[in-house]
Amino acid sequence: MTLARRIIPCLDTDGEWVVKGVQFRDLRRQGDPAELAARYDREGADEIVVLDIAASRDRRPTFLETIRRVAAALAIPLTAGGGIRTLEDARAVVRAGADKVTVNTAAVERPELLAELAAEFGSQAVVLAIDASLAKAGWQVWTRGGREPARGGGLDAIRWAAEGARRGAGEILLTSIDRDGTRSGFDIELTAAASRAVGVPVIASGGAETPEHFLEVFGRGEADAALAASIFHEGLVPIAGLKRFLAERGVTVRRTERQAPC
Amino acid sequence: MKIALVDYGAGNLPSVERAFRRLGAETERATRGEDLSRAEAIVLPGVGHFGALARALGRTGMDRALGAAIERGAALLGICLGLQALFERSDEAPEESGLGWLAGTVRPLPPEVKLPHMGWNQVRRVGPSALLEGIPDDAWFYFAHSYAAPAASAAAVAVCDYGECFAAAIESAAVRPPSRVPGSESASSDRKARWRLAAVQFHPEKSGGAGAALLENFLELAR
Repeated sequence: MTLARRIIPCLDTDGEWVVKGVQFRDLRRQGDPAELAARYDREGADEIVVLDIAASRDRRPTFLETIRRVAAALAIPLTAGGGIRTLEDARAVVRAGADKVTVNTAAVERPELLAELAAEFGSQAVVLAIDASLAKAGWQVWTRGGREPARGGGLDAIRWAAEGARRGAGEILLTSIDRDGTRSGFDIELTAAASRAVGVPVIASGGAETPEHFLEVFGRGEADAALAASIFHEGLVPIAGLKRFLAERGVTVRRTERQAPC
Repeated sequence: MKIALVDYGAGNLPSVERAFRRLGAETERATRGEDLSRAEAIVLPGVGHFGALARALGRTGMDRALGAAIERGAALLGICLGLQALFERSDEAPEESGLGWLAGTVRPLPPEVKLPHMGWNQVRRVGPSALLEGIPDDAWFYFAHSYAAPAASAAAVAVCDYGECFAAAIESAAVRPPSRVPGSESASSDRKARWRLAAVQFHPEKSGGAGAALLENFLELAR
């Protein structure tokens, strides 16, 4: 019995539809989040993440309705985030059916938020999302969807991950900005450094295209889970096939009962 | 048969509600002790802190109401923290008492492994289990916890390994009568057979097909 490495499809939404956008511009609708989530559940996804990448205040009720619809369709854990600034925001998301919430910019600006969330929902429900890119010394944290260097560029991603876990985050969702959208593979060094530095699970994100990329991030990258978006939406990497690939190479993954033979 | 869900603000209550609804079962939320007075099937969900749960059960009179319900033969399913609550104490809140129907103390998982124990893991049967009936031995369940009940508990029917071996599922064998807690000798075995107590450390409401099968088994047990 070993804890399985998790495969997590991520649904980036404009609050209502799954979208694919290039740096928040030119958002193209890729489908209905509840339908996609249910399909991934059937195919063996271990968890679903739904993000509101537009995160505009007036569209908030729409996003909460999306969470409700996705949660109703799922029998696996659901994480939701994007634009969560306060405890009250998080409450609304949990009430709508999310099992975990992700926070990013708001936690950088007010780290106490992590402890407040952990006190209310338990650490297992608090995911600290960190967007990081390689800098002169180590990796630096970015906020506001990767547009603004955190604390004037002075926040080290590995140190922030460790601090976040100490303050109450039960998981770190670590996205490499350098790799995001490049399909050149996860940032193995970044993931491994974070995984060794923190005592909570690390979810690797950014850059996946092939099954080999997942094998690498679970091996040398020491990731506990791996997240990807469009490669799943486009059917480039079917989840059941990815899990079979990993299992054949010695990675412990959860194979769902009664899978299709091919 | 309606399933009474003990509502003390646990985050996973709506998920449990949805999971039973998917199985076609009716649920109602129980916020006060008297809401349990006629319940035949009760679920004690749980996410969060042992101390908060213990205080909430005491404040609402739910602790006594749960005991009374068990004594008259209602079936109970504890989930996650709801399993831990059945024990006497937890290191997470040493100053609080649990329901105390099971002997032992809930302890933190060892620090050598990443905590919380978060994700999918497999369980090993160590005794006959109605909850796990028909579920394959290699099935996966979703866990999210940092504390656990001892695998050596006489009531454990399945265990899980993560840093150490702990109780993953519990069923009513060797349960003490709630009215005699703490300490006293157990009642006669024919009465014991009526206590339909079950609990799991993982989250069946989030465990896909295997979790749904387990909830179905609980409904069967409660009928």
